[in-house]
Amino acid sequence: MNLSEYAISHGLKEIGVRPKFWSYLKQTWGRRHFIFTRALFSSESASSQTRLGRWWLVLTPSIQGLIYGLVFGLILGDLRPDKFVPFLVIGVFLFSFFSGSLSGGASSLTSNVGILSTLSFPRIALPLSVVLRQLIDFLPQLAILIPILLVFGEQISWSWLLVVPVILLLVFLNAGIAMIFARVASVLQDITNFIPFMIRILFYSSGIFFELDRILGNYPELLSVAQLNPVYVILKLARGVLLSDGQIPPDLWITASIWSLGTFAVGVVFFWRAEATYGKS
Amino acid sequence: MESPRVTSKNPVVVVDDVHVTYKVFGTGKRVGRSIGSWVKRAGLREIHAVTGVSMVVHEGETIGLIGSNGSGKSSLLRAIAGLEPPTKGRIYATSTPSLLGVGAVLLPNLSGEKNIILGALALGFNKKEIESARESIIEFSDLSEHIDLPMRTYSAGMSAKLRFSITASKSHDILIIDEALSVGDKHFQTKAQEKIIQLREEAGTVFLVSHTMSSIEETCTRVLWMDKGKIVRDGNPKEVCDEYTAFMENKNGD
Repeated sequence: MNLSEYAISHGLKEIGVRPKFWSYLKQTWGRRHFIFTRALFSSESASSQTRLGRWWLVLTPSIQGLIYGLVFGLILGDLRPDKFVPFLVIGVFLFSFFSGSLSGGASSLTSNVGILSTLSFPRIALPLSVVLRQLIDFLPQLAILIPILLVFGEQISWSWLLVVPVILLLVFLNAGIAMIFARVASVLQDITNFIPFMIRILFYSSGIFFELDRILGNYPELLSVAQLNPVYVILKLARGVLLSDGQIPPDLWITASIWSLGTFAVGVVFFWRAEATYGKS
Repeated sequence: MESPRVTSKNPVVVVDDVHVTYKVFGTGKRVGRSIGSWVKRAGLREIHAVTGVSMVVHEGETIGLIGSNGSGKSSLLRAIAGLEPPTKGRIYATSTPSLLGVGAVLLPNLSGEKNIILGALALGFNKKEIESARESIIEFSDLSEHIDLPMRTYSAGMSAKLRFSITASKSHDILIIDEALSVGDKHFQTKAQEKIIQLREEAGTVFLVSHTMSSIEETCTRVLWMDKGKIVRDGNPKEVCDEYTAFMENKNGD
């Protein structure tokens, strides 16, 4: 009898192997307080050193929106979408939640080597808490959106409540993306240098400050490809429920759900498959 | 390689021919003119930290690991804790062994109290347990006056005390203690030593890395001497430590 057989015959379990999928999910659920607390505390920690503290969570994307608004408002001229300011603000705020999750997810393992080498818990907790933290940072932006909409002539409407399922879809999409890039970056850290460019490309192709169909009207093939972009789909949904003349094609909810739930499911499985390798230096 | 000891007692940890290899990017050349190798594939070096370790650890044993720096002690223990998957070989245990250390998860900008909650959650406490653990952690740390201040304002000794107090608040079945646990002032050191003894008694099995032969001889029931990723001696603490000390003195004498 060799040592492994001896160990198994005494009921010992192998260490450092990936747990079964369902038990992995169960372990992760058992760590939900850790995931949530880490998200909450790291958000708090990040804003504890500045005088304006959490106000920066609202100020940064607002300033960003202002600059883009001025620059592209001038450049686009007549091609500006209707209700330019609300259109732009919704785009910039939601996109900052997405891009924060993407870049934070990608570094969630590589920047926490110390944690990986001392504590054992399902590693998926790290990208998930990054996305949760981004969500916590996003909530004040969502709150400031209401006065902005009112100032620019929108009427309070029941359809605003539909922004909750839209944000939920965005949360699932972001979590899926974060898990996928966390694993990719753990194998190939070089990818983190490429992520700012990916975010730039997505920023310009998701229709943050222009309407895709107006700009790409002459290029129907390009337009139909660009309209597949999940960020674009979710932005369109958000504008549809928040802006009074917003129209939502009925299949848009389905497209968005498939994208975000699909990305989430793929992300969980993809991340879990390499669970045993994450501590590897 | 020595043959592992297999007795009738119940095994708690079984290590079967474990190798741990690190892949490191580096040219492998000394510093000099090296314009080439922009893509560092060619320079991938492998470092063999653990090269074929087998052992059986039984209930109630306290295992001391000794050996010079870089001999593979920490790598072996990280593999046993499931934190560093072995490149080759297998490790079995009755439950996942825990490394004593929680520092990496703490956030310097937050108060000591919040860090206690965060650290305790990271160790696997549930919400209810934290309520009761919190008070005793604060009390043990001697930091009740400063507990609402951000951790970054603590002195090195104070943070070390807080980290130790959080870490040592949870008892484990299989415990791994890696090096330097002498933290804080004299008063705290005594407390910390007592706490470790208590943890050791609660745990069925303990692995201890130290360079202090006296503490190894005092506390361990069995000592492993590692050198270049292999176990070169395995046995009675006094004998192995004496041999190791003699070996090191001899080395220094050259």
